[in-house]
Amino acid sequence: MIQLETREQTSRAAVVVAPLTAIAFTLAVCGLLVLWAGAPVARSFAALLEGGFGSRFALTETLTRATPLILTGLAAAVAFRARFFNIGAEGQLYLGALAAVAVGGLHGGAGFAWPLPLLFIAMMAAAMLAGAAWLAIAAVLRTRLAVDEVVTTLLLNFVVLLFVSWMLDGPMKDPAAMGWPQSVALNPALELSKLIERSRLHSGLPTAVAAAALLWAMLKFTAFGFEMRAVGANREAARFAGIPVNMTVIKTALISGALAGLAGAVEVAGRTSYVTLDMSPGYGYAGIVVAMLAALNPLGVVLAAVFIAGMFVGADSMSRAVTVPTYVADVIVAVSLLAMLVAAQLVRYRVRWRT
Amino acid sequence: MSAPVLRLSLITKRFGTLVANDAISLTLARGEVLALLGENGAGKSTLVSILFGHYLADEGSIEVFGQALAPGDPAAALAAGIGMVHQHFTLADNLSVLDNVMIGTEPMWKPASDRGAARRRLLDLAQRFGLAVDPDASVARLAVGEKQRVEILKALYRGARLLILDEPTAVLTPQESESLFATLKRFVADGMSVIFISHKLDEVLVAADRIAVLRAGRLVAERARAATNKAELAYLMVGREIAPPPKRSARQRGPAVLESSNVQLRDGGRSRLAAVSLAVHSGEIVAIAGVAGNGQGALAELLFGESTPTQGTLKLNGAAYPRTPRAAVTAGVARVPEDRRAQGSVGDLSLWENTAIEQLRSPPFARFGLLRRGAMQTFARTLVTQFDVRGATHGDALDTPARLLSGGNLQKLILGRALSSPRAGPRLIVADQPTWGLDVGAVADIHARLIAARDAGDAVLVISEDLDEIFALADRIAVINHGRIVETRATADWTLAELGLAMAEKRAA
Repeated sequence: MIQLETREQTSRAAVVVAPLTAIAFTLAVCGLLVLWAGAPVARSFAALLEGGFGSRFALTETLTRATPLILTGLAAAVAFRARFFNIGAEGQLYLGALAAVAVGGLHGGAGFAWPLPLLFIAMMAAAMLAGAAWLAIAAVLRTRLAVDEVVTTLLLNFVVLLFVSWMLDGPMKDPAAMGWPQSVALNPALELSKLIERSRLHSGLPTAVAAAALLWAMLKFTAFGFEMRAVGANREAARFAGIPVNMTVIKTALISGALAGLAGAVEVAGRTSYVTLDMSPGYGYAGIVVAMLAALNPLGVVLAAVFIAGMFVGADSMSRAVTVPTYVADVIVAVSLLAMLVAAQLVRYRVRWRT
Repeated sequence: MSAPVLRLSLITKRFGTLVANDAISLTLARGEVLALLGENGAGKSTLVSILFGHYLADEGSIEVFGQALAPGDPAAALAAGIGMVHQHFTLADNLSVLDNVMIGTEPMWKPASDRGAARRRLLDLAQRFGLAVDPDASVARLAVGEKQRVEILKALYRGARLLILDEPTAVLTPQESESLFATLKRFVADGMSVIFISHKLDEVLVAADRIAVLRAGRLVAERARAATNKAELAYLMVGREIAPPPKRSARQRGPAVLESSNVQLRDGGRSRLAAVSLAVHSGEIVAIAGVAGNGQGALAELLFGESTPTQGTLKLNGAAYPRTPRAAVTAGVARVPEDRRAQGSVGDLSLWENTAIEQLRSPPFARFGLLRRGAMQTFARTLVTQFDVRGATHGDALDTPARLLSGGNLQKLILGRALSSPRAGPRLIVADQPTWGLDVGAVADIHARLIAARDAGDAVLVISEDLDEIFALADRIAVINHGRIVETRATADWTLAELGLAMAEKRAA
């Protein structure tokens, strides 16, 4: 039998060594897989790194991918901090994207006839509102009727995807798309500016990083952030101390949903220009991994998102260089997450083997 | 003298740097009742957990009926004839008494269970030892004393010849305790042996043949009952002379701070409080005595501002009673909850965050939604000094997570937090089991502070299951039974027996 015992004191060294060990373990496991695929391990890892971070192109691609991941990662991190398990960032992202196009793309392909700055703000606000409102359904069900939010947020994702599919084939269909399920395009004037010439990197990245910094400061310096952390750490004690637990959960859900909705708007305005059914390769779900990898720390979310984006971008180019399937990226991300979680537990607990 | 039934040799158990049991050797004879006496944290529960196989000793060995006992294996302990009655019962509430007794005694592959034979055996045991139970009653409906009887029968049903009881009287009324001790006498007359754990001096002197005193993990003394007395045991248990309880100044009580008249609390059709009429005045301590689960929790919830009465009137200083926890704090209610870890503190937040949490949104600690961290930390620093909260050992002490504090220090922090809130006029202090599970030093400290608050004019309501504590603290004692305050008298007008009767009296719920 295995037992976990709490360590009396967590050593500083362990805090540093544990994640490094986790990374080493991940590399070892993936090295075996690469060997199994019949490719040279060293060259494969080199290709992976090179492809993810090794050139200007690789870096900008990675950061472009990381942008929505930071936002969905923050959406998960902030909700999980208050122990509200939002698994539905994917759906909130799509609704945000639809809302952005509804404000800034419909109505004759140019959005509402408002002054451009106002229209831009309205577009972003609509996306955040859409995400927040959608998650509010699950939050209210949870706080009023004790319906498990893991189930509701997950299932509401499918509702959104069907809704998007209907929109793209119906009211928001792009007549010029030759039958492809694709929305009308955003007013080009509303698109986010490019950060670097001849790359896809756009101003969504600094926006996402700013959101992370803002969230970090909110958790640390505001009364609401304190309440959120208290509710997440011990709901019963928070209630006893006079913190309005249900209200805190609902407010947290609104922030989380808004962040995921913003991710959708940033993708449309920064990268795709229109909504398609495959515009997100699971950014909403990957956001959960990002948040867990970052131990729910908003600043850590930025790093974790860049790491995961780099692995995916790098794996694409690795599979072209050597004969290793791109799925290796999924394995790396999954193993690293598990290894990190185990490492984090080992810092707090020690394992006892009993016969 | 025949060979001992049980022989513990040099049992040592460490948890990290803490030595919970330090080379303890003990024997138990056939037909003997041995009491393990010690304060909380002395190592009594650890020792019996090792004996029953819940823990694995780091060193030492155990012999039962002359055979070595396989360590760390409850199944082996059961097979060797050891039965254990835990302090917190291990019964399945949704099953009947008979089912609970039979659980785990029949092989899985047996197609049908022989309930008839099991019932006969259970009734036979019950009759032989005077433990009346109804085999078909649902365990959820049983009173605490009855549940304990089921636990004991469960152990006997499995053929226990050596019975271990962990703090068996903690949940019983004085009368129920007496009947338990009578049952133990029957066991030993039948040739069985009993170990029971206690920290109450009076009862070990009544019930045990021999008393082993544990202190800080060491076996400090073994005495035959006839060869010792209360004063010696107290000295052995604590390791120093115990200061006499603080002298209580006779004091004029002031106006009523809390007034409750015929208050009822229902929760989805279930009555949790049936009729609570009670007043607590400035300058007095009123204690609520009762058997666990008779409405104490609901009463505390009400006074903490966590729920509102379904009927009746509840007043604080003549005004309507606050309806939320935050309003209660603002109105000057000092609250000490029953469970300091689950309710009283957020373990993962720092010590200073825990001191400020009740007044989080008040102007000194937050402005425009921004925390004033400096002010919060200054407040915490003062509180920690003033209330002598220790245990923050490394780095900046105030940043220590609250979960690392010992029970006593955590309780001092919670009491300090409650007594440091701003006040206008006398406070109402509501303390639910304020010293549960604390060592003697911490208990004395908490009691002294409650008495000091009373002397300063606060109105104190103590809810406790510890009658010693109630008699030590209270000016008046009110008995709660089935959600009713059945009787309130000045402490001097109660005898222990009368109090027990009032607590145990059966009435229609």
